[in-house]
Amino acid sequence: MLLVPCPNCGPRNSADLRYFGESHERPNPASASPHEWRSYLYLEDNPADWLKESWFCRSGCRRYFTLERHTGTNEFRSPPMPGNKVGGKA
Amino acid sequence: MTRRLPAQAGEVINRSTPLSFKWDGGNLSAFEGDTIASALLANDKRIVSRSMKYHRPRGYLTADFWDPNGFVQVGDDPNVRSGHRLVENGMTIDPQNVWPSLDYDMKAANGLVGRFLTAGFYYKTFIKPQAMWPVYEKVLARFAPGGTVDLDTPHGYHDKRYAHPDVVVAGGGPAGMAAAISAASLGARVMLVEHEHALGGHLRWGNAEDRRLLDELRGKVEGAGVEILTNSTVTGRYEDNWTAIVQRSHPIAVERLIKARAKVLVVAPGLIERPYVFTGNDKPGVMLSGAVRRLINMYAVKPGERAVVFTGNADGDAAIVDLERVGVTVARVVDARQGENIVVAKGGAKALDSVELSDGSVIEADLLVTAVGWTAPTSLLNMAGDRPVYHAGSARFYPSAEIHNVLATGGIAGDGDADQLLAHAEATGRLAANRAAAVAHRVQDLTARALPVQGPEPTWPEDDRQSLPRDSHPALFRSTTHGIVDYSEDVDSKDLVAAAKEGYDSVELLKRYTTATMGPSQGKLETVNTVAVLAEARGETIQEVGTTVWRPPYAPITLGALGGRVFEPVRVSSIQSWHEANGATPILAGAWVRPDHYGDPAAEVTNTRTNVGIIDVTPLGKLDLQGPDVPKLLNHLYTNKWSQLPVGSVRYGIMCAEDGVVLDDGVTGRLSDNRYLMTTTSSGAATIWEWAENWLQTEHPDWQVHVTPVTSGFTSINVAGPKSRALVSRLVDNVDLGPDAFDYMQVRSGTVAGVPNCFMWRIGFTGELSFELHVPSGHGLHVWTALLEMGNDLGVKPFGLEAQRIMRLEKGHFIVGQDTDGLTKAPSLGMNGLIKLDKDDFAGKPELAWAMEQSLPSLVAIQTTDPAEVPTEASQIVRAGTNEILGRITSSRMSPTLDRSICLGQVLPEAAPAGTELTIVMIDGRRITARVMEHQAHFDPEGQRLRG
Ligand SMILES: [Zn+2]
Repeated sequence: MLLVPCPNCGPRNSADLRYFGESHERPNPASASPHEWRSYLYLEDNPADWLKESWFCRSGCRRYFTLERHTGTNEFRSPPMPGNKVGGKA
Repeated sequence: MTRRLPAQAGEVINRSTPLSFKWDGGNLSAFEGDTIASALLANDKRIVSRSMKYHRPRGYLTADFWDPNGFVQVGDDPNVRSGHRLVENGMTIDPQNVWPSLDYDMKAANGLVGRFLTAGFYYKTFIKPQAMWPVYEKVLARFAPGGTVDLDTPHGYHDKRYAHPDVVVAGGGPAGMAAAISAASLGARVMLVEHEHALGGHLRWGNAEDRRLLDELRGKVEGAGVEILTNSTVTGRYEDNWTAIVQRSHPIAVERLIKARAKVLVVAPGLIERPYVFTGNDKPGVMLSGAVRRLINMYAVKPGERAVVFTGNADGDAAIVDLERVGVTVARVVDARQGENIVVAKGGAKALDSVELSDGSVIEADLLVTAVGWTAPTSLLNMAGDRPVYHAGSARFYPSAEIHNVLATGGIAGDGDADQLLAHAEATGRLAANRAAAVAHRVQDLTARALPVQGPEPTWPEDDRQSLPRDSHPALFRSTTHGIVDYSEDVDSKDLVAAAKEGYDSVELLKRYTTATMGPSQGKLETVNTVAVLAEARGETIQEVGTTVWRPPYAPITLGALGGRVFEPVRVSSIQSWHEANGATPILAGAWVRPDHYGDPAAEVTNTRTNVGIIDVTPLGKLDLQGPDVPKLLNHLYTNKWSQLPVGSVRYGIMCAEDGVVLDDGVTGRLSDNRYLMTTTSSGAATIWEWAENWLQTEHPDWQVHVTPVTSGFTSINVAGPKSRALVSRLVDNVDLGPDAFDYMQVRSGTVAGVPNCFMWRIGFTGELSFELHVPSGHGLHVWTALLEMGNDLGVKPFGLEAQRIMRLEKGHFIVGQDTDGLTKAPSLGMNGLIKLDKDDFAGKPELAWAMEQSLPSLVAIQTTDPAEVPTEASQIVRAGTNEILGRITSSRMSPTLDRSICLGQVLPEAAPAGTELTIVMIDGRRITARVMEHQAHFDPEGQRLRG
C-alpha cells in the first residue's frame, strides 16, 4: 500500500485517504464547451512521468491537497501545497 | 517399532516431556519439540498421505514446512503442515485425501487409468454439457485433496497489529541474524522474522561448528534489542515496503497478522533444496538431503536402514556423514559430479526397495537421498519488482535488480564460506540501517509541516557491499526417466512435455494449464524443475524460458489470519436497545443496523396511515452549517435556489455531481440567521460531508462556512400519521404546533418530553402529516418511549424501514441509488422546476443545461394490469413482442393502502406519457402488461394528507 505524505498528518496509508486522480482546472462553467467540460470530467493525460494528483485526507486532517508523484516509481516530491481543482468526482 | 536414535548433540526434542497423540485412530508417543512428521517417522509411520490425482502412497520428502506430502487433519483443523506443526499432548491427527483408509485407498484405482488424467484432463473432460456442471462439481469435490471443514468450529481469536520498524529482516538463519545484529547496532529498530520455530536456519541441523556459530549469533541477536518473531512468515511485500507478517507464535491469538511498514526490507530466506525428477521419485523412502539431516540431527530419528545417496554438493556429502554416524548403511554413493546418475526408484506400492543406477546396477535400499541443488526463494524480491536471472554455472536463479529499500543477503545472494557470508550479511545490515535513516529523512522532507525536518539531509548510502562468489554446481533437474515434478498437484514431467507439444509452451501458460507450481508449496519445490523440463522440451536454455512471477503470499495463509479482528464498528442509534427488546428484525444499511420491521410491515403502514406511527430515522445524514456564506454553499450544492430561505423554513433540494448525475437529495432548514441544518440520505452522509468540504477547500476557500457532521449527535424520530399532531402536542409545550403557526416545510426548536434544544421539522417521507424530531442523542430513548406511552390511546405503533419504503413508494418519492443509478441525470426525475439554470454556477450546471435539451429516460409511476403481480425490482420493460428494452422497474411493492401492486420505473421518453401500455418481463420469463400512471404518486397525488 502506497505511503502518502500528508502535509498535516505525516505519512499515511493510502487507504486513509481518498484518491482523486490527476488534478484538473475546473473550466468556467458559464463558457465551457461540452468538449472542454468533458475533458475536465473524464480525460486524463496518464503520463509515465511526474504527475500532479489530488488527495483527500479522509481519516486524518480532512484536507484536500495535491501532490506530485512519479507514476513509474511511485516516488512523491515537493512539499505539497493546500490543494485546489479537485472537482468533478464526488 | 521405534526409529528414535540415542541423544544427538543438536536435538530440539525434550526427552523429559513425553507426549501421546492419536494418528489414524491409533495411539503413538512423541517428545515435546517433535513435529508431527518427526513423531510419525519415529514411530515408523512412513506413509502419511495419498497423492492428489492418482492417490499414490506418499511419505515425507522434505519433512519441513514445504513438504508437499505431509498435509494432515488435526482435530477440526484441516490442511495442517505436519512437517512444521509441533505435536501437543492428546492431539488427534488424521490423514487426508484417503478413502476409505490410508492403507487401502479406493481412489488409487485412478493410478490404473492414470494416463487418462494427463494435463488438461479436467478442462477437456468436464466442459460439456453445461447442464452437467453441478454433477461434475460434486464428483470432483470428492476427489479433491484437503481435509474436512467443520462448520461448527468456533472462530478462534485472531489478531492484527500495525508496526513501524526501520528494518524488517525476513529469515532468521545466520545471514538474517547477522544483518539484524549489525542494523540494530546502528540504532535501527529491527524486526527479525523466522519461518521456523527457532532461529538458526540450516545451522540447526549442521555439525558442531555450525552449532557453535548458532549459539554465538543467537546470543548476540537476543542481546541486541531486536524484536524476534519465530514461527512467523513474511508473506508479502507491497508498495513502499508494506509488509505482511503472519505470526503463529502469539501467546493468545491463534494467529496474528502484522502489517509492518518497513523503511528497509532485508530478504534473507536462505535456499530451498530442490527435488530430482526421475521415475519413482515420489515413493515413500525417497528424501532430500535436508530432510534426513533434520530428522537425524534435530529430532534424533533414523530415516532408514540402508541408503543410496545421490549427491552433487557438500550438503549431500554431509548427509552421508550423518547417516553413517547413526548407523544407516550407505550402500552406494552416486556422485553426480563424477557423471553418475540414478534412473528409477523401485519398489512395491508402498515403499522403496531398490534403486536402479545409470550404469545398470540395482542397489537394494529403503532410503534414497538426493542432493541436487537449490531453489532461490526470490518471492519477496519479485514482489518488489525484481526479475531473477538464471546463472548456469551454479545452476540457480539470482536476484538481478537494485531496489533502494529491499536488500538481499545470505544464500539467495550467493555462496562463499561462513566468513564471507557473515561479512555480506553484516554489510547488508549496516546498509539497511543507514538507508532506513535516509528514508525517514525523505519522509520528513515531504511532510515538513507535520514532522519538522531534523538536521541536514544525509547523503544517500550507496551499496558498497562486496558481492558473494557463486560456487559451481552441476545442473541436475531431471534424470533420463520421467517422474513427478509437482508432488502436491501430481504433475509428471511427461505431462509438461505433452502440454508443451499441445502449444502451452510459455512457462506462464504451462503453469496454468497443468497446475504445476500452483499447489500449497507455492512453487518453492517445483518451479525450477518445471522450467528445466520445459526448456528441454523447447530445446532452449533455462534463461531463455525464464521463470514464473512469484506473487504473494510467500506461504499459504489462513482465512482466519486474513480476517483477523474486524475493526469496522457497526453504528446504531440510541434507541437500538428498545428495538432489540421489542422484536425488531434488523437490517444492515450501510454502516447502520436499524429495524427493518417489527413483525408485520403492512400492518405498520396501515396503522401509520390510520393512526400514528413513529420511526427511528437516526441514520439520516445531518450536517450543521454555520457562517455568513452558507446560502452560497447551498446554492452551489443544490440545483435550486437558497438565497431567500427565511429563518424557520425548510426546503427540499437535489444535488448533482459535475457530470449532472443525481448525487443526493434531502432538506435543509434555516435555524437562525447564520445557522442551517442539512439532512442527506443515510447512505450519502459521508459523501456529502466530503463534497461540501471539497468545494469549500478548493474552489471557494474565501467562503465563510463551517461544516460539522452531527448525524450521531441527534436521535431522529419521524412521527407520522393523521394523529401525529395530537401526539406531539402532548410532549411539547413551548412551541405552537397549530396548522397556522407551524406549517408544512417549517422548522422549530423547542423542548420535547422535557428535553431542550430539540429541532422539529414538518416534513416526512410517508406523505402523512409528519413531525420529524431531532433530539440530542443522549435523550433519544427517553423521547421514543415517551411518545409510545403518551400515544397509547391514539394507537401509536413503531414502524420500520420496510413500512417507510412502502409508504414512500405509494407517494412516488424516489430514493437516490434505488430509483436512480450512475447515469440518471436530474431532468429524468420529473422535477425540472428545481433545476435553476439562471443561477451563476452550481455543481453540474453545464451538464444539466445540456441535459435539459435532450430527451432522457423518465422516472414514472407504473401499475400492473393484474393488481396481484409484483415485478421483481430491476425487471426489464420491453417493446411488446420483442426483446428491445425500453426501461426497467426500479422499485416495486404490494401496497397495503391500495391493495395492489405499485412500481416506479425508468423508461425511455417514448414510453413515458401517461397511459402508455408497457410490457414487463418477469423473472420467470412471463410477460405481463402494465400502464404508466398520470401522477408519480400512486396515493394522494394532491398531497392533502401531509398538509394535515
Ligand atoms: Zn492529513
